[in-house]
Amino acid sequence: MTLTAARPVRAKVVHKVSPAVRSQHRAAYILVLPFLIFFTAMLLAPLAYSAYLSLFRTQLIGGRQFAGLENYRRAFTDPSFLDGLRRVALFLVVQVPIMLGLALFLALALDSGLARGAKTLRLLYFVPYAVPGVVATLMWGYLYGPDYGPIAQVAERLGLGAPDLLAPGSILGSMMNIVTWEYVGYNMIIMYAALRAVPAELSEAAAIDGAGAVRIAWSIKVPAIRPAILLTVIFSIIGTFQLFNEPSLLRSAAPNAIGEDYTPNFYAYSIAFTQQDVNYAAALAFLLGTVIAVISYLVQSAQNRRLA
Amino acid sequence: MRKRATKPAAGTVLTVVTVLSAVSLAACSSSSDEQEGPAQAPVNQAQIDEALNTPTTLTFWTWVPNIEDEVALFEAKYPSIDVKVENVGQGLAQYQKLRTALKSGEGAPDLVQVEFQYIPSFTITKSLLDLTPYGAGDLKANYPEWIWNQVAPSGGVYGLPQDSGPMGNLYRADILKEAGITEAPQTWEQYAADARTVRDKTDSYISNLASNEPAAMVGLLWQAGAQPFGFDGEKTVTIDVNSDAAKQVYAYWQDLIAQDLVSTDPDFTDSWYQGFSRDKYAGWLTAAWAPVFLQGTVKDTAGKWKAAPLPQWSSGEPVAGNWGGSSDAVLATSKNPIAAYELAEFLNTDPESTRMLNEQQNLFPVQTAQLEDSAFTEAKSDFFGGQPVNELFSQIAPTVNTDFQWLPFMDYAYSRFNETIGDAMTNKGDLGAAADLWQSDLEKYAQQQGFEVN
Repeated sequence: MTLTAARPVRAKVVHKVSPAVRSQHRAAYILVLPFLIFFTAMLLAPLAYSAYLSLFRTQLIGGRQFAGLENYRRAFTDPSFLDGLRRVALFLVVQVPIMLGLALFLALALDSGLARGAKTLRLLYFVPYAVPGVVATLMWGYLYGPDYGPIAQVAERLGLGAPDLLAPGSILGSMMNIVTWEYVGYNMIIMYAALRAVPAELSEAAAIDGAGAVRIAWSIKVPAIRPAILLTVIFSIIGTFQLFNEPSLLRSAAPNAIGEDYTPNFYAYSIAFTQQDVNYAAALAFLLGTVIAVISYLVQSAQNRRLA
Repeated sequence: MRKRATKPAAGTVLTVVTVLSAVSLAACSSSSDEQEGPAQAPVNQAQIDEALNTPTTLTFWTWVPNIEDEVALFEAKYPSIDVKVENVGQGLAQYQKLRTALKSGEGAPDLVQVEFQYIPSFTITKSLLDLTPYGAGDLKANYPEWIWNQVAPSGGVYGLPQDSGPMGNLYRADILKEAGITEAPQTWEQYAADARTVRDKTDSYISNLASNEPAAMVGLLWQAGAQPFGFDGEKTVTIDVNSDAAKQVYAYWQDLIAQDLVSTDPDFTDSWYQGFSRDKYAGWLTAAWAPVFLQGTVKDTAGKWKAAPLPQWSSGEPVAGNWGGSSDAVLATSKNPIAAYELAEFLNTDPESTRMLNEQQNLFPVQTAQLEDSAFTEAKSDFFGGQPVNELFSQIAPTVNTDFQWLPFMDYAYSRFNETIGDAMTNKGDLGAAADLWQSDLEKYAQQQGFEVN
């Protein structure tokens, strides 16, 4: 009873704000307003609109009708969409560990201070990320070319058969290579920045206790930057599921190896612009977003559970 | 108190919504009235003169390079008309932008380049103006029948033909000679035998049939007399990509592909260009626009090429197919349809303009008079060792099968071709089975889109 009696009093206290504070609040809202307007107009509104679109069906004959969840039901039985999901899942399982492992190794190596010219190296590793994804893909498409690419030519000179890196069986690996090349430096920088923030005393104490460089890296540094690593994992998951540039650009060099449904994102684009089925594309986009959110959440909560 | 205060507000919102939707409904119905209205009375000369003497700005979307030169002739003749030429992309890229513009209701041009096979994709949305009242009907006699049928698929006339691509056989005389072949094959049977000889005696393939090029395969189906597609202009489509006539063509190529006698490399890729300059391909079954195209891309093989008609399925009248070709169409949304039509007619029928289109832009002509013009046919091509290639293709042009139709959703049909038949070509698989799959995909899509499938 005393508690309930106390409540209004407390509420009153909270609401009593000095004019100065109130004007600060107002200023804060005004400052946030431009962002909110753009956020609503450029993100929330289109999102809501495509959610709305995904509930309809447009026919060349008959026009637009309400279709409920039919588009979503269709997606669950659409082999193109499901195969695309499986393909990016495989990509995720194989490519992301390699890329992040490499990034972690490079970050630790640079942070150890043992490498000479660390600053130059750091820049060099990062350069691929500065190359626009489109340019990078076009460049690799040329390097991979079975008849004209340098890789094939070198292999031929050495008497090995020219590998067809653009064939249906090898194109996924070729794509993994491009993405790894491009994003190792980026992930390395995130991890390296986190490593710089780890207090040196920890490493020194461990060294005094007799731990070697490897042991220090594994038992002190890696656990210390776990949040940063988790961040790169989440970024990589999102990036992998949204693979678009690579399939869409390599398709011109390898039209047989890459179908219009190669990745879910590319498939949604083809549906919207080749098949002109904006409604189904909107549904696919929403499903893809959901898949990404769920997997990112699962990874994050698994990580948190381990910490706890 | 609060409740009562909000009530009027909600009412206002509702009213606004109702008014807005009423407005948009009205907008919809008025625009569809405009498009579906009854056949318009013929435009008379006075109206044409008025339109051409009123200061007007026309927008023209096309990917023909430097067509500004021909447009300048029109502007010189009709100084009141100012034409803005815009290249918003080639083929599909342009159609996507066009659809977006049409859907949003603004930004669409007055005149637009549309390839033959995509005309029905735009007549179904009633986006193209029937040009009959503007005088297009009178032009019919100027063209080979099959070309006219392409722009007049279901009653109306929806574009003026600009260029075409009757198919022939371009081959490397030097490579074939090396294999002991001195004459181009007359029949497909002979072609297959020659393919074997070329493969055995040289490092080349007799030709490359690109696995990502539905238009080439469709051109071959066209020659074989298959009628894979049909559309009545309303809501009935005919889909017959796995007919017996078509399967004969697939089986023929499947056999050559399985024996590794023709390659199936994707075309217009770096690898493919390399294939020509490295003598990987001794020929190309292609269209009338290809001779000039090859001159630009594989210059170092100049003088070694020859051109011949396609091999034939049966003795008797020679038959050809077509690959490529486009028209200029006036959009139903144009505010200046008369001036836009006059521009299209001028560009594609004026003697000087059409001559320039052929000589400068290398477009293969469509008008009978131009095809028969001796200045055109007698031109000798050094790239083809002095052979008058134009004359050959002029003779091929009237032999193209006349009644070839398209589906109103060719983008989908072609993209499914790549996933079915194209895939089987790459993997040396069963083309007939792939055609059945293509057929069922198309039928399913057509039904999904509300068409009646024949």
